[in-house]
This record gives sequence, structure tokens and C-alpha cells, in this order.
Amino acid sequence: MKYLQEFRDPELAEKLLNEIRHSVMRPWTIMEVCGGQTHSIIRNGIDQLLPDKIELIHGPGCPVCVTPLEIIDKALAIAAMPNVIFCSFGDMLRVPGSSKDLFRVKSEGGDVRIVYSPLDAVKLARENPEREVVFFGVGFETTAPANAMAVFQAQQQGLKNFSMLVSHVLVPPAIAAIMESPTNRVQGFLAAGHVCSVMGLSEYPPLAEKYHVPIVVTGFEPLDVLNGILRVVKQLEAGRAEVENAYERVVTFDGNKAAQAMLADVFATTDRAWRGIGVIPNSGWSIAEKYRAFDAEYKFDVSDIRTIESPLCRSGEVLQGIIKPHQCGAFGKECTPRSPLGATMVSSEGACAAYYNYGRFVQLTAA
Amino acid sequence: MSQKIDFSNWTCPLPLRDQPNVVMGHGGGGKLSAELVENIFLPAFANNTLVKLADSAVLDLNGAMTDGARLAFSTDSFVVKPLFFPGGNIGDLAINGTVNDVAMSGAQPLFLSAGFILEEGLAMDALGRIANTMGAAAKAAGVTLVTGDTKVVNKGHGDGVYINTSGIGVIPVGVNIAPHQARPGDVVIVSGEIGLHGTAIMSVREGLEFETVIETDCAPLNGLVAAMLDVTKDIHILRDPTRGGVASALNEIAKASGVGIVLSENKLPIPSAVRSACELLGLDPLYVANEGKLLAIVPREFADEILAKLQTQKFGERATIIGEVTAQHPNMVVAKTGIGGTRVVDMMIGEQLPRIC
Repeated sequence: MKYLQEFRDPELAEKLLNEIRHSVMRPWTIMEVCGGQTHSIIRNGIDQLLPDKIELIHGPGCPVCVTPLEIIDKALAIAAMPNVIFCSFGDMLRVPGSSKDLFRVKSEGGDVRIVYSPLDAVKLARENPEREVVFFGVGFETTAPANAMAVFQAQQQGLKNFSMLVSHVLVPPAIAAIMESPTNRVQGFLAAGHVCSVMGLSEYPPLAEKYHVPIVVTGFEPLDVLNGILRVVKQLEAGRAEVENAYERVVTFDGNKAAQAMLADVFATTDRAWRGIGVIPNSGWSIAEKYRAFDAEYKFDVSDIRTIESPLCRSGEVLQGIIKPHQCGAFGKECTPRSPLGATMVSSEGACAAYYNYGRFVQLTAA
Repeated sequence: MSQKIDFSNWTCPLPLRDQPNVVMGHGGGGKLSAELVENIFLPAFANNTLVKLADSAVLDLNGAMTDGARLAFSTDSFVVKPLFFPGGNIGDLAINGTVNDVAMSGAQPLFLSAGFILEEGLAMDALGRIANTMGAAAKAAGVTLVTGDTKVVNKGHGDGVYINTSGIGVIPVGVNIAPHQARPGDVVIVSGEIGLHGTAIMSVREGLEFETVIETDCAPLNGLVAAMLDVTKDIHILRDPTRGGVASALNEIAKASGVGIVLSENKLPIPSAVRSACELLGLDPLYVANEGKLLAIVPREFADEILAKLQTQKFGERATIIGEVTAQHPNMVVAKTGIGGTRVVDMMIGEQLPRIC
């Protein structure tokens, strides 16, 4: 496949790994911000190939994990309404709210559908004028332009039965929050390539300067990730803290101006709660005043419910790299991939699940 | 940033596993499906044959069969949407699905039943086409459809037509293929390119178009099985990796045999169209359904000969060795990645879901 296979070349990967091995003098802790990068790292076994001195911390860039409980509960309530067609990206369906997930709402009779694009939901609204079609608009700056476009098109087409439940989150405020944390260990960032393809790079130099932290915009294929790591390591070893673009085939300094204009038109910046973290000021987007008719939170009367999260789970400390997964008291006992307590144990790319599976693997092969 | 974030309380959501109702994931061929069988069906039907959880039940009929041959018996239901898709329709699946399940115990399938649940309003023409397809598929597989049943449900209570087929076949004397027989050192063979059926269905559902139309690989595998048994009767395991794909079938084998399995990712025969479609759809080809492929776990000394034999067969031309069985990491499937790393190829929880990012 053009532009994919070239970036999975084993020989070039080995070259980059060698260069990383030769560049690393001291131990460094690097966070890959985006869930897509985490996926690639685990999927390709990159973490095992890196020298021991480099520690990767999986960042908060998984929209599934950080979407706040309150929004999930609102989604569940709306999806259960009799006249609603509730559309969502696939992997949001298994995210639990206070007492159930969208799969269960579907099994109880809710009309919940997986779509690949918010524009498919607009089409559904046009085809089903007697039904209310709601799209679950979550994600970072990457998924936001298409969602903004859906709202814009619904307005252009005069659709009265389309709305969006929005919980967009933004990367730069999250980086700032991580650097402000008193327990922070992160020394360098792989910034999320596709977020930057939309937003450009202008938000990052102030962060690199203020926190004296290297930020390297990085792609998602194995060679992209290795190249990003190499460039962060080189900066760290040289004492530099700059913004670099290691994903030039996709990301330009200005980003996608048309998308930015659409975002500025449809969305407004807002304080946003991140699941398990709390409210980060100005860290999200909601639907702007002038498009309020398309905001599902206003259209439907949805009440908030609070959930009780397990006090045993220490995934927050794992995500920061303060403890290793197996240092959590619940690891492998109350908490396994079979019955996970935290998201880090949920998906195979979660830090705890990876550690659990791979830890078992290493232990058994060593024995 | 004025506000300090307390990361020590940072937790994330976990998926719900204990569902009070049946959810779609219970039919996905992953962990949820396995739990349904383990927790509901096995306790209710407990017996020594079912507990083996093979693709088909192996029955000796208390010696009623002559020469010590045994009977293989299996059933499968088909609820595919859309009914017609590139390269076939629900009728092809209904015949080949059961033929293949029976064949996976080393049997030569002989007779099939078919039960039809028809939705009011289904076009007679569509039903006729499906029936004719089934007739032709049965003939191609060398089986006879000898008994059947038809029910009609109200409009809106079915997707046109659901089909159940059951099949029986005879296992030759000396053939003993069962899910627990993988041994360290055994070789894992796949009979051809993987991921075609699931990708074909997804492409139609999502309205995706590629340079080449991806067609289902739906095919009868009894010919391949017979050819392999010509080489040696000492074949340890056969599985057809349908829903849940190669990854799920190998996980089940690893668990049933108490062994580890190591795959080489760069040896996996994945057509470029499937690879592209899976990239677009956010899926992993290892978990995508196949309808005309088998996995064989065979002793190393016969591997080359079996492979050569498979490659002479119509549905086995692209057969290849993709991995091996090991005593390391029992119950676990791992893959050597393209760049030399290792990853755990776990079983899916429910259905494979497209990822957001």
C-alpha cells in the first residue's frame, strides 16, 4: 500500500532503532499523546525494541477513555428515547456509563447504529424525517472538522431532526495540565500527528518554551513513531526543548485552514471534564450559540448521574508512569483483562493489559 | 494553567462484561460468545461430546458403525446481511459453512438438512435464487440435502431469510482430529488468503468501493481435508476460522491444547485489497471472518508434504505456513511483528469494533 508499507520497512526500523540506541545516554520518560500512537506501539511491539533507558508513557489521547461519564450517561438516556436513532463511532458503544453501555441500550430496544462518518448521520436524518437522529460527536481536534461539517450541512439543508451530542477535547490544554501536575514525570512529548494536520503547529512553541519540554509532531506507522522518539531523545540529550515536525508528509505549520474556519464557525471553546481527571479549563469544544438548535444537550432533557469508580484502581498513577502496572495492589487480582477495573486494563493497548499479557509472556518464556 | 490536576485519581471506563441481556457481541465469536456457551449452554446440556467444543461432534454410535468408523455431526445458522454480496449469497454460506464444520473433524460430509425462517414479504425471486445456489453448492461439495423445514415470521421480525443447516459425515478409521491435540513443535498452516469474506461483507454494508471488488472466499473445504488425509492421517487439528477470524480460532486451539502459538506476521497471506479495506475500516485482518479457509495444526515432519499437497488443490493454491506451536506461553497466541517486535494476539471480547482513531 502506498504511503503505508514504506513506513513499515523492517530494515529502516532497525536503522532507526540503532540510532536511538546510540543516542540515548541517560534514562528518559516520553509520552505519546495519541491513542492511535499507543495502538501502533503495541501493535508493532515497538516498546519492547527500545533501549531500557527509554520509558514510554501512554498519554490521555484516547477519546473513548476520556469522554466524561456525564456525557456517556446523557448519550445512554437519549439513545433510549423511543423516537431517536442514535449514531456513534463503533468503539464508543462499549464504554460504560453509570449502569449500562450503548450495547445494552440497543439490546433493550434502543435504535443505536454504528456509522463511519457524521455525514452518514445527516443522511439518515434526511431519510427519516419523522425520527430524531442524534450523532455522538466525541474525539480530539482530528474528528472535530467532520462533525462541524455535519452540523453545518444539517443547517444548510434545513434539517430539524438532526442534532449532535458533543464532547470534543483538545490536546494543548492536556499537555499543559500534565506538565503542571506536581507528580509529573514526562520529559518529552510525541504530539499527535493528525491533530496537528488540522490545527497546525502554532499552539506548541509556547508550551515547549514554558515547560522546557521537547514536542515532536509524530505519525502513526512504525517508522514514524521511531523517528519521533529519536528526535525527542536527541533534543533531550542536547538539552533542547523545541517543537519539531517529524510528520511532514501530512502536517504543515498552518494546518488545514478550511477545517479551522469550519471549527471556529460551529464550535466554541469551553471548559471540559476529562473522565477520571476532572475539569481542565478551555480544554474542549461545544456547539456554538448560533447552532444551538443542533445541540442535543439542549434539544433533549437529559439529567446527570454520577458513578462510583473503583477506589482500588490506580490507573491514574500508571498513566503518569509513577507506578508500573504490577505495583498496583489490584493488578492481576481484582483487576485482569477478564474483569478490568480501569481502562488501562480494558483494551489490549492499555498499559496494564499490555503489561499483564506481555508480562505473562516474558515470565513464561524466561522460565 | 492556574488549576492543578490531581492525576492520582485518574481512572478510565471499563467495558461491561456481565450483561443482563443478550447483546450483539454474544454472537461475535469472541470471549462473550465463549462465555455464553460456557455459562448457559454447557451446564444445561452437559455431556462428554459437547464439552469438547469442536466444530463438529464426533460420535461412535456405540459401535453401530462398521469398521470402527465414526460419525461427525454439526449445525450452523446463517443470518448474514445483506443476503447477496460479491462472490455469493446466504445460500453458499449455508451449505459450505456446515460442510466445513463437518469436514474439520476429518469427516467426508454426506447429508445436510436445511431449515428456513422466511420473513413475510421476501421476494419469491430472491428465495428461488438462494435455493438454486444451495443446490449448486451442495452438488459442488458432494453432499445431498435430504430434509428441511420452513417457517414464516411477520414482516419486520427477520432480515428476509435466516437459514439453519445441519450435516453429518463419516470419519475414516484411524483419523483422530480434535481441538486439544496441538503439540509443541507442530506447524500452523493456513489454506489460503485471509480476511476476504468479512471484508467483502463490510465493504457492501459501508458502501466502500476499491479498485478491485473484494469477493467472499466461501468454498467447501472437504476436498482439501481429504487431500491432506491422503498424505497422513496424523493431522492434529483442523479449524475453519469463520467469525472471530484466524486470531480467535488459534486462541481456542491454544487454550484447548494448553500450548502457545507463535505467528509470523510477514508470512500471513493478506491480500492487499483486504489490507487496505481493514486500514480504512479500523479492523485487524486476523480477526476478520473467512468462509473458505482452514487452519491445520500438523506434525512438523509432514508439514512440507501437506503444504505441497494443499497447493495442488483448487482451494489451497495459496496455502502457507504461518506459525508454530510452542511449549512457551501456554494458552497464548503471539505474533512476531513486521519490524521484529512481538505482540499478544488476544481473543476479542465481543465484536470487532471500528476504532475512532
